[in-house]
Amino acid sequence: MYDIKALYEATSVQHAIELLQEHPEAQILAGGSDVLVQVREGRRAGVELVSIYMLDELRGVSIDEEENIRIGSLTSFSHITNDPIIQKYINVLGEAVDMVGGPQIRAIGTIGGNTCNGVTSADSASTLTAWEAIIEITGPEGVRRVPIKDFYIKAKVVDLKPGEIQTAILIPKSSYDRCYGHYIKYAMRNALDITTTGCSVNVRLTEDKKKIERVRIAYGVAAPIPMRAYTAEEFLNGKTINEKNIKKFSEMVLEDVNPRNSWRASRALRRHISVVMAERALRDSIEQAGGVING
Amino acid sequence: MSKKYIGQPIIRHDAYDKATGRTKYTDDLCDRGALVIRVLHSSIANGIVKKIDTKEAEKVPGVIRVFTCFDLKEKHYFPTAGHPWSTDPHHQDIADRLIMTDRPLFHGDDIGAVVAEDEVAASQAIRILEKSVEYEELPFVLDAQEAMEDGAPQLHENYPNNVLAHTEIHMGNVEEAIKEKGLTKVEGWYETQPVQHCHIENFICYAYGEGDRTVVVSSTQIPHIARRVIGQALGMDWGKFRVIKPFIGGGFGNKQDVLYEPLCAWISIQLGGRLVKLDVSREETFVCNRIRHAIRYHITSWLRKDGTFAARTFKAWCNNGAYSSHGHAIAAKGLGAFPQLYPCDNIDGETWTVYTNRSVAGAMRGYGMPQASYAMECHAEDCARAMKMDPLEFRRQNLMPVGYVHEFSKNELYADTFNQCFDKGAEIIGYYDKIKKYKNQKGDIRRGIAVSTFWYNTAVYPIALETSSCRIVMNQDGSVQFQIGETEIGQGADTVASQMIADTLGIPVDMVHPVSCQDTDVTPFGTGVYASRGTYTLGFSIRQTAELLKEKVLEAAHQFTRMPVYNLDIVDGKIVRTTDGRELMTLGELALSKLYTTDGSQHLTAESTYQIKSNAYSFGCCFAEVEVDIPMCRVRLLNIVNVHDCGQVINPMLAEGQVHGGMSMGIGYALSENMLWDEKTGAPLNNNLLDYKLSSFMDHPRLVGAFVENYEPTSAYGTKGLGEPPACPVAPAIRNAIGYATGRYINELPLSPHTLFREFTDEGLINDSFAEEE
Amino acid sequence: MDRQYKVVHCKINGKEVEKIVDMRASLTDMLRNDYRLTSVKKGCEVGECGACTVIIDGEGFNSCIYMAVWAEGKEIWTLEGLTGPGGELSDIQQAFVDEGAIQCGFCSPGFIMTSWEIVNSGREYTDDELRKALSGHLCRCTGYENIFRAVKKTMLRRLGKKKEAELVNSQGITEYPEPMPFK
Repeated sequence: MYDIKALYEATSVQHAIELLQEHPEAQILAGGSDVLVQVREGRRAGVELVSIYMLDELRGVSIDEEENIRIGSLTSFSHITNDPIIQKYINVLGEAVDMVGGPQIRAIGTIGGNTCNGVTSADSASTLTAWEAIIEITGPEGVRRVPIKDFYIKAKVVDLKPGEIQTAILIPKSSYDRCYGHYIKYAMRNALDITTTGCSVNVRLTEDKKKIERVRIAYGVAAPIPMRAYTAEEFLNGKTINEKNIKKFSEMVLEDVNPRNSWRASRALRRHISVVMAERALRDSIEQAGGVING
Repeated sequence: MSKKYIGQPIIRHDAYDKATGRTKYTDDLCDRGALVIRVLHSSIANGIVKKIDTKEAEKVPGVIRVFTCFDLKEKHYFPTAGHPWSTDPHHQDIADRLIMTDRPLFHGDDIGAVVAEDEVAASQAIRILEKSVEYEELPFVLDAQEAMEDGAPQLHENYPNNVLAHTEIHMGNVEEAIKEKGLTKVEGWYETQPVQHCHIENFICYAYGEGDRTVVVSSTQIPHIARRVIGQALGMDWGKFRVIKPFIGGGFGNKQDVLYEPLCAWISIQLGGRLVKLDVSREETFVCNRIRHAIRYHITSWLRKDGTFAARTFKAWCNNGAYSSHGHAIAAKGLGAFPQLYPCDNIDGETWTVYTNRSVAGAMRGYGMPQASYAMECHAEDCARAMKMDPLEFRRQNLMPVGYVHEFSKNELYADTFNQCFDKGAEIIGYYDKIKKYKNQKGDIRRGIAVSTFWYNTAVYPIALETSSCRIVMNQDGSVQFQIGETEIGQGADTVASQMIADTLGIPVDMVHPVSCQDTDVTPFGTGVYASRGTYTLGFSIRQTAELLKEKVLEAAHQFTRMPVYNLDIVDGKIVRTTDGRELMTLGELALSKLYTTDGSQHLTAESTYQIKSNAYSFGCCFAEVEVDIPMCRVRLLNIVNVHDCGQVINPMLAEGQVHGGMSMGIGYALSENMLWDEKTGAPLNNNLLDYKLSSFMDHPRLVGAFVENYEPTSAYGTKGLGEPPACPVAPAIRNAIGYATGRYINELPLSPHTLFREFTDEGLINDSFAEEE
Repeated sequence: MDRQYKVVHCKINGKEVEKIVDMRASLTDMLRNDYRLTSVKKGCEVGECGACTVIIDGEGFNSCIYMAVWAEGKEIWTLEGLTGPGGELSDIQQAFVDEGAIQCGFCSPGFIMTSWEIVNSGREYTDDELRKALSGHLCRCTGYENIFRAVKKTMLRRLGKKKEAELVNSQGITEYPEPMPFK
């Protein structure tokens, strides 16, 4: 039995917004794999919750009229991984969320919850950041869209105003077209773990597959919120694919990554691993894109 | 006696129930009307509770009562260890616990309790109470050697410098021996970490009044001892309590301490015998139950050119946490093993068990030997390397020889167990090929292979009492029920006992019914299961009792068949005339006739106690093959093989299961598990299954468990201990394999990425200076 | 304040049922307390151990972090539902028995439910995929080895690969031809 003051079940997005306005103290309950655990731990005991879990309208992956990939916020990790659109255009996202916890957590955990909790270790977050996802938010004033880099404000705080819920995550065509990526989750065991540091890289190559047209690299747990390593990206964009450039790119991520020391892992270990992951994820992405490393 | 069932992979008797979900564990049996107890734990690591304001907590709807340490009118200190009682006061366990204390000694100590109608009300009241405690905080100490320093915070009055006990052994003369010319000195510090048992069923118990007594249903390994300790803790006659043990969801030694049964029984009594349930959460299990001792070792060896030992020294500091629990027994076991595993004429050894303000360490599968094996087998590897000898050959040369007799226990190594286990394991894993193949590798990803062994024995004789009791009752159809004091906790004790009874009585195993639920009112006295004793000790009382029953059966058969007893036997459930093999009657016909005869009706039953005055070595080894991704600081375990000699294997399927379980615990111990406390506050940091890295399905390779069987001559059925040994050699084997792969031999556990990163950096295997600037 | 209750209709182990449940209840609470399906075990109550796993609409969930009210309209299976009307074990239950995959038995119900989901999929999983599919459960008794054997054998038998199934136990030592960098 959970120590919750009240549970209000939303029957539609509009209803959810009304409930949130009626109960300004209430928090949103999506899949619950974070919120309910925190209720159990006592951190959120006694809360009022608005459950949006039953809103099937927020589930599923599609391509909208603007050719964005549209992922309903309540789509579970397991459904994202198995979705044909994801597999075709942004397979790395399916792979990344397939590393969350264990299978049962992936069945209940939602991509919306994974981003709205504002946690830097979220396995979807670095990939969504690397692919410049757009967050769709619906609230009393209607729908608004926010780039993911602006959605994350600080640790555990995201750009959701009172009465608002996240309704979808969009990946614009310009972001996914001809892009290939790889995600590495670095953790202390191979399942049921939170990420010590995560790295998501994707590339688009030039026609001749010899140069990097665009590279994007994002990290989880390299800073309080998911972040890009822009300095390294800028260095590699337009460069020839060769060993020297790959090495240089990997080392340059240290210009941006800024992890902290904690009992979970030292800053030094996280910085070291950030470099190794950058190199390996980049190599994998290049390989998927059909690139060849020349010398 | 036939050997029809002994040695066969009989399916465990409770498998069907467990596969259908109908097995009842403690919580499944508890009436849903039970009141719920939640324990109030100290939020400081050392200090005094000055005051607890209970007013607000009492107002929470649904709260029945709030108890605090100040409500204890009489202070009855009690011991918690599941050791047999000793009639000699000097050998009794230290009684240092109260069911609630105003002098908390670790973060998580029990200072009060709430009883409520449901868990939500109880938790709400606990959260309010946590803010209503006034403490006087005292400095605390978490490290064993720091706790021994003058001026360190003192935990218990009568233990200066926090030393619970200090023991020494001396053999020969080390000082003289090391003067020998041409010796090589090998020295190392080895550090092991605290870990937790992590049985999937947390500890749980419930209590209620019945007549003028209190019944406690508990997930315990030791029901009879639990009854005694409840009596001690409450200052009441032991017979006032009845302890019932249903099926239990794992124990591994953690349920060999009596922790919360006394509080639960006390609260029930305060409430006039109402049904109260105390269900320990996972977070509490980590902190407020028992953990494995962290032990720090210093070992030095002086070796001759031929690789033999001239002299050796051993020191160990054992972090016991805040209370005595099992006292010095765990440290002492490691010290005792040291001169036995690699005998040497000149040895100095000493060990300290030290109180610190950490969670209390107690029994855990291996009882100090996973720690000592790590230190001793890291050191053996280091010695072999120093002498440029093959590590396996070094061990073969220096290990306890066949015929070795230990003076105190009279344990003897009867067979060439070590070499047989090495040979078998080496062949299975392909050791000799791989050790050549993996020599002097270069590159980022390297492989290694290595071996490790360990010392273990069976049961607790001659340190403590070994007694076993058994009752066998025959039904009208010739089938039997039996009861033993060795508790079924998932290991399969009831099934191997059934096999023994079936063979000794001469009846089909499906006519043998274990009474798996133990009840101190009904089950004959027994001290429970621990020390890998179960199969060994129960064998004695089973053999004796089954033979008593058989005697009675054959006496009765004489009455109905008119044949002399010496010409009768029981074969396959039938009375057989041995002279011509003719089946005279079935056991069912006999039992029915004997019960209902108008001429000497008798209920066929036997019961007896056997006091065991022997013990037995139980040895084996582990081979581990690893792949190390150096830049990633990660180890992948490729293959692992344990080989054990537990004497006659009674049930190969169950024995293999024991080996797998121990290996798995060893893998987590080697690579990932570690309990952490905040150095600044003494608070636990990772007391949950997410932050505590118990190895998952994806962290295991296939596990191979194999046996060599040398019939144990001291044993009733040729068997000896197996429950704990498999957990002992795994961590050092993995450490040695990582060392073989990388050249870096690491002297601390766990071998997690954190440790590997530091060690590989030191070794120059990782040389990215940029990662180091801070 | 007044407590909230709700009638929850769902199908449990093939039977349509309904009960009034406390809105605060987890699905574990509802199954154990209201329906007395005590195979659903509590090991951590925060979705870390998998002992409470049940199958909801074909997919395994930790019932401890699933609100009971979300069961509305769902089809739920617990271990009690796998046994036949005469007590017959399903193939996956029988494999757990035969392979010694059960020791203390506390994690077994959850494990069997996930295994049932796996063998029902009709897919042939690689060894690594099998481990991943089973990785939401912790077990401290078996080292997972015999559970792995039970599931792999049942999967292969369902796929008609009887010979391959018989080989499972002898495959303890694995050859790894290529190094496997972590990525």
